[in-house]
Parts: sequence; structure tokens; C-alpha cells
Amino acid sequence: MNAIPSTQGSVIVKAAVLVIAALLLFAPFLFQDVRSLEVAARICVFIVLVASYDLLIGYTGIVSFAHTMFFGFGAYGAAIALKQMGPGWDAVALGAVAGMAVSLVVAVAVGLLSLRVKAIFFAMITLATASVALVLASQLSQFTGGEDGITYRSPDIFKTATKLFVDEEGKVVRIFGVRLNGKLAAYYFVFFTSLAMFLFMLRLVGSPIGTVLKAIRENEARAEAIGYRVVAYRTFVFVIAALLASLAGTVYAIWLKYTGPDTTLSFAIMIDILLMVVIGGMGTMWGAVIGAVLMVMAQYYLRDLMGTAAEATANIPLLPEVLNPDRWLFWLGIIFILLVYFFPKGIAGTIAQKGARA
Amino acid sequence: MNQMNATLTRVGGVNLLPLAVALVAFVLIGAPSSWMTLTVAGLAMGMMIFLMASGLSLVFGLMDVLNFGHSAFVSLGAFIAATVLAWMGGWLGSDSVLLNSAALFIAFTAAILFGLAAGWFFETVIIKPVYSDHLRQILITMGALIVVEQAILAIWGGTPMSVPRPHFLEGAFLIGDVTIEVYRAFAFLLGLIVYLALYFTLNRTRLGLLIRAGVENREMVEALGFRIDRLFIGVFMAGSALAAMGGAMWAGYETLITPSLGAEMMIVVFIVVIIGGLGSVEGTLLGAIMVGLVSNYVGFLAPKLALASNMILMMIILLWRPNGLRPAVK
Amino acid sequence: MTLLSLTNMQTNIGEYAVLHDISLTVPEGGVFVLLGRNGAGKTTTLRSIMGMWRPSPGSVMFRGQDITALHTADIARLGIAFVPENMGIFGGLTVEENLVLATAKGKFDRDRLNRIYRLFPALEKFWTKQAWSLSGGQKQMLSVARAIIEPRDLILIDEPTKGLAPAIVDAMAEAFREISDTTTILLVEQNFEFAKSLGRDMAVIDDGRIAHAGSMADFVADRALQDRLLSLSV
Repeated sequence: MNAIPSTQGSVIVKAAVLVIAALLLFAPFLFQDVRSLEVAARICVFIVLVASYDLLIGYTGIVSFAHTMFFGFGAYGAAIALKQMGPGWDAVALGAVAGMAVSLVVAVAVGLLSLRVKAIFFAMITLATASVALVLASQLSQFTGGEDGITYRSPDIFKTATKLFVDEEGKVVRIFGVRLNGKLAAYYFVFFTSLAMFLFMLRLVGSPIGTVLKAIRENEARAEAIGYRVVAYRTFVFVIAALLASLAGTVYAIWLKYTGPDTTLSFAIMIDILLMVVIGGMGTMWGAVIGAVLMVMAQYYLRDLMGTAAEATANIPLLPEVLNPDRWLFWLGIIFILLVYFFPKGIAGTIAQKGARA
Repeated sequence: MNQMNATLTRVGGVNLLPLAVALVAFVLIGAPSSWMTLTVAGLAMGMMIFLMASGLSLVFGLMDVLNFGHSAFVSLGAFIAATVLAWMGGWLGSDSVLLNSAALFIAFTAAILFGLAAGWFFETVIIKPVYSDHLRQILITMGALIVVEQAILAIWGGTPMSVPRPHFLEGAFLIGDVTIEVYRAFAFLLGLIVYLALYFTLNRTRLGLLIRAGVENREMVEALGFRIDRLFIGVFMAGSALAAMGGAMWAGYETLITPSLGAEMMIVVFIVVIIGGLGSVEGTLLGAIMVGLVSNYVGFLAPKLALASNMILMMIILLWRPNGLRPAVK
Repeated sequence: MTLLSLTNMQTNIGEYAVLHDISLTVPEGGVFVLLGRNGAGKTTTLRSIMGMWRPSPGSVMFRGQDITALHTADIARLGIAFVPENMGIFGGLTVEENLVLATAKGKFDRDRLNRIYRLFPALEKFWTKQAWSLSGGQKQMLSVARAIIEPRDLILIDEPTKGLAPAIVDAMAEAFREISDTTTILLVEQNFEFAKSLGRDMAVIDDGRIAHAGSMADFVADRALQDRLLSLSV
């Protein structure tokens, strides 16, 4: 990958990503409890979501606050189709296509309307658009289930009760103690679709288009002068990122069997994505992986830790208040600000650079 | 087309838009008294939003700094004013207009002072290190907004807080068969006074001259011997104080506030400055009035569309004028 | 007597070195002309003097004081005015407002104002007009007027004749001649005929370096040197 020159540091980053990929691949066998699998699936989906967002912010230098909106379009597309048509691959396909179609239309409209003006305008307009989408989702409750969201069944093969392989006694086959059931199939569905999308993005940023994007980010006026149609390229990337986010939404909706504002559309998720991109490192696909892993792990485990710590320190003044899991976002915000100040390149960028200096 | 445009400019140009909207609404609504009530509500809302948005617009024009945390000042202003008003329940409930006003004055002053202090802190600590870097500016001010919102949540809790109104601003009065809420009239008048003060400062004083020139060409103002960066701190603090004051007025208007107030208002404020054109106070007023009127009219005519109405308005105006209705000369 | 001296000035814009090594001494009084091709670094030299871009390494001395690290506004307050290439007028302000902003105290000195009216009658005529509505030549006049509304020691003027009609160029030359009786002018110019008639001393910048410095009379007499240094620019 040409985002990081081949250095000692970049080797470390790539090795870390490979280890993560291996852990995710064997996650059902390595961590045999429901919650771990939940975390692993969320990591897979968020890697795609964050990497697609990085296409915008890191590779093109445009800040969008509407990424969760596209994620939501994909998720709600699948959710509504599965709810109305019943569990089946036809519903999944229809939902995915519908979600992507809506994403396409909205992305093209927003892109053409506002990418020609200042970057800062774009940030504001996407924020406004996303907030309207969020409000609409909670208002149009006959379609979206409102604040409560929608629960539905995913295709039969992903049911926990489904037996992929049975032995002579009709019991589900186990490998290393892991049942080969529908849950496992669902996880690998999530894993491989995410992997495919991630590889697609790697290919994209390595292609000539990636080079043009970088030229635009470095010096917009010069890129324009050389003859690149900056608005067209930006709109193109915005649309690609939106479509990928939408697909990731569909995948996540199938995994969760539930879709609501809190799992897909909410502003809190947008902030999560921002944090993951900044923590991992903007402008490197590898950074997205690292950021997503760290943040999702922190969300699941650090919060618990904070809760335990708060209880343990209940008798000490102030500390429990500070450690209260509800204050989670407060601390994240502060960490976020400090990161942007002191490590604008994020973990991946900083490590890769270290190697360059050595 | 050109001739039409010229004629339009001569009679007031885009400034007539609110009037046109009001006329269309009048025809659609049909009942003059409802129309009047809605118009007053729209104007009052517009004025409060103007207060919140004007600082953001000026700060952007002067230094090319867009503060995504601006709405934090709105929230802080609202909660501080509400807290002070709650403390002075006795004065508020009394029949003496003097005591009522004193309580209100103290609450607003507290909000404004806090806005000034918070503005100073934001400018010197948060934003100064990232001048001229839009990407990091957006990220850092967004981070600051999260922190402030969480701090509000920690201090005031997540449950809605009710805001007592001074006795003399309660109720409504009748003109003919038109009902007008006292608080709305009050909000409109106060907003108007602030606008006039701003207008006078910008157009009739040397300070205003400097600000207007700085919005156009900061470098040249410096080449004439003025330190724009020092002026900017002042403008930033004033803008934050206005936002806090807008928040305080909004708190009294809504009478029930939650910590998400800032985030909700941020969207409206952004839409207003985009519609009006960044960097111009007149444009911001125009945008705010338009948003106020349209939300009220649409809320009455087609309640389902109310939430999307601002967005649709913004889309239409951006298609027509990509830089907003009255952008600052650049 | 030396008014301004630049020593080994190097200025980078982004990652590009625009000025490599500029050393120059501007004496007090008269018009000092900086010649050079497009992109040679003339504008960058002026902006580096004004502190709009920072030379590093290198130093700018004005009246014996090191002003290299001063803020643009403080440099201006020492008595240096700047008339940029794009004229830098405030279009949304009236002619009067543009000028009053350039005064130190917000008040006009009657004599200086009358002098401006005499040099540039158009400004008096359009006194209350917004500056964006002026013609290019009038904008240039306004920009120069802004530089002389207060007494200054040095005025930096960047290509004032670019795109102006010949009649206005003549008026401009007349004005510069009179201004230079009391104030030193450092003039960047590509129009050699215009520069020739005004300059007492001169220098040629080429590729971010001083290629030649001397008196204008000597330079005008030496056709070979002119051909070598300016062949591409005239």
C-alpha cells in the first residue's frame, strides 16, 4: 500500500492488521461465548464502515456527518424487506438494493449540491441531512418502528437452531467444541462480506483513482489546474463510500436481527466512527482496522471496567462520579480532542512514521 | 431575466423573501387571525435563532473558523439562565414587574457572562492551535461539543428541566381577534434591539468598519496596522455571549429544556447561516426569519412536513444561490 | 542613508522555496524598482518584508531595526504601507470608509486628503460609492491613496500598472513621482518603460536571487545587460 512507505513501522502496522484478521477469522473457535462473537461481528462491520469513511476524510479531505445515514439506509432496507416479506434471500437482496438505491440518490444529490462549495459547508449540510433522516426514521413509525426499531428474522440458514452438519445421531457436529450451527454461518457471512468490501477498498485506494484523490487532497487548485474534475471525483468517492456504508448496514441488520435508530442512525454512532478514524489514523486503510478494533473492544469491555471501578470506589468522593459508565462519552471526547492535537496521524500513522525516522 | 433581477434588486431583492413567504402563507392559511399568530411566532423564533447564529457567522467570516461547538454556548446559556431563574422563584412569582424584570435581567446577565468566559476559553485553548486547518477544526470543535454536552448531562442530569417564566411575561394579549403570547412579543423585541445594536456597531463605528473589512480581506487589514487576531478574540467572545443569550431566551420560550437542546439548535443554526450566507449579519437575520416563518407556517399547514421543512428550504435556496442569500463580499 | 536592507533572505511557500537568497539595500528617498520575470519572486519579496510570509533564514532591517519576526500589523505601524497586486481594497466599504480605515486615529488630516483629491480626482467624485463599483484604475488609485493617507517612510507597491489604460498609467506615474519626493517607494514592475521613467535605483530578481543591482541610469545605458536579464519579460 502506498499510503505508508515501506518502513519498519509500517511492517509493524501491517503485521498487527494481519494478526487481527487471523483472530477475527478464528474468533468463533478462540472465544467461545456469545458476547465475544457479538464483539467480533461488530468489529467486522465497523472496519468496513470506518474504512469507507476514511475514503472520505482521509483520502479526500472532506468531512461528512451523514455516514451513519447511509449505514442506516442499508440496515433499514434489509430490516423492512425482511419484516414485510419474511425471512429469505429475496428479501435480503431487495433490501440491500433498495438501501443502496436510496443511498445513491441521496449521495449524488448532496454531493453535487454541496461539494462544489467550501469543505466546511459540506460538513454542515451533511449534518443537517443526517439529522433529518434520523427524525424521519423515528417519525415514520409505520415503516421503521419509530424509536423502538424493528425486529425480524434473518434467513433460515442463520438461525441458531439450524444444524449445518449432523452426525449419525442427528446432533450438530462440533469442531474443537464449537457447534457448526446457523450462528456460525451468520458470523462467517459477516466476516467474509466485510473482508470482500475491505479488499475492494484496498484495491480502490491503490488504483490510479486513489492517486488522483491524494493529489486533490494535497492541493485542490493544482489538481484542478492539471485537469482533474475535482467535483466529479469527490462526488464519486462520496457515492462509493455511501454505497459501502449502506451494504455494511445491510450486513449488520442481518446479523443483529434488529434495526433501530440506536444501532444504525444515531449521532452517537457517527461520533464512534469519527473516533475510530482518528484513533486508527486517517488516510490509511490499516488505521481503520486498528481504530475499529480498539474502540469496539473499549465499548464492550472498558465500560464494564468503569462500572466495576465506580462501584469499588463508591465510598471515595468524586471518583465514582468520574468513573461512572455514563461519563464514558465525556472521556472519549477529551481523548478525541487530545488525539487530534497531538497525534493527528493516529496510531497507524504515528507508528509507521516512527519506523521512517529510525 | 436580467431585467427582472434588476427590478427585484431595486425594490429590495432577497430581503423581500420573508414577505413573499408570508403572503403565500396568508393565502394558504385563509384565516387572518391564525396567520397573524403564526407570523408573530415565526418572527419571535427567527429572532432567537438569529441571536444564536449571528456569532457563528461573523466568526467564520472574520477568521475562516467554523466552530462546530457553537451550540454548546446555546445549551450553557439556556441551563444557566434556567438555574438562576429557578433560584429566584420568589422574585419571579411576585406581582411587581420590577422584581420580575430584575430576576430576568440577572439570569440573562449570568448567561451572557458565562458565554463571554466560555468564548474566551474556546478561542484561546481549543481553536487557536488549529487556525487555518479546517479538518482538525471541525474535529476538535466537535469533540469540545461532546465534552460540554456530557458535562451538562453530568451537572443538570438527563431529565427535562422546567424553566420558570417571570410573571409579567406569562399569558397572552388580544389585538382584535388575534392572540399574541407576551413572551413571543418580548423575544421578538429583544432580538430586534440586539440586531439594531449589532447593525449600528458594524455600520457606524470604527470597530464595525474593522470587522467588516476583516471579513473581506483579513491580510489587508493587518497590512494597514491592525491586529485582527486580537479583534477576533473579542468577536468570538461576543458571538458566544449572543449564543448564550439566545439560549437563555429559548429556555424561557420552550419552558422545558433537555441537554440535547444544543444539538437540536445546532442543526437549525447551521441551516440559517447556510441560507443567509456565511459572514454577513444581515444574511443571518434574513435566514433566521425565513426559517422561523417557514417552520411555523408548515407546522400549521402540514405538521408531518414540519421537521423536514428547514431542510427543504435550505435545498431550494442552495440550488438557487449556492453561497446563500446574502453572503459577505469576498 | 539606508532605509531597508534584506540579508540572505530565503522564503518557502509550502514545500517550495520561492526565494533562495535575496540581499538588497534600499536607500532612503526616490523610487527603487524591482524588476524580474513572472514567478521570479518579486511579490514574495514584498510579502516577506511585510511579514505575510516568513523568511527563514534571513533578516529584514528597517531603519536599523530587525523587523523579520514582527507581526504584519506592527510592521505597518512602523511606517511601511503595502499596495498589493490585487489592490486589496474592501469592496463592501465605501471609498471614504476604505480611506478612514487606513488613518491611524479614524480622522482625516485635511492637507493630506486634499493632496489625494488633487492626485486622484476620481476618488473625490466617487467618495460615497462602494468600492466594488469602481473601475480597475480607480481601485488602484484608492489603494495607493490608502497608503499615503498617513505619513509613511516606505511604500511597497506591487505591479500598479497591470491591466490599466495608458492614460491612467501616466497619471499613476505622475502621482508616484510626487509621492516619492517625500516617501521612499519600493516598486515591483514588469512594465519597463514605466519603471525606467521613475526609478533612481533598481535591482533585478531572477529565480529567487538578486541577479543585478545598481542605478537605473546605468542599467538603461547597458542594452546587453537588459537583454540578458529581461529578455523574457519585455
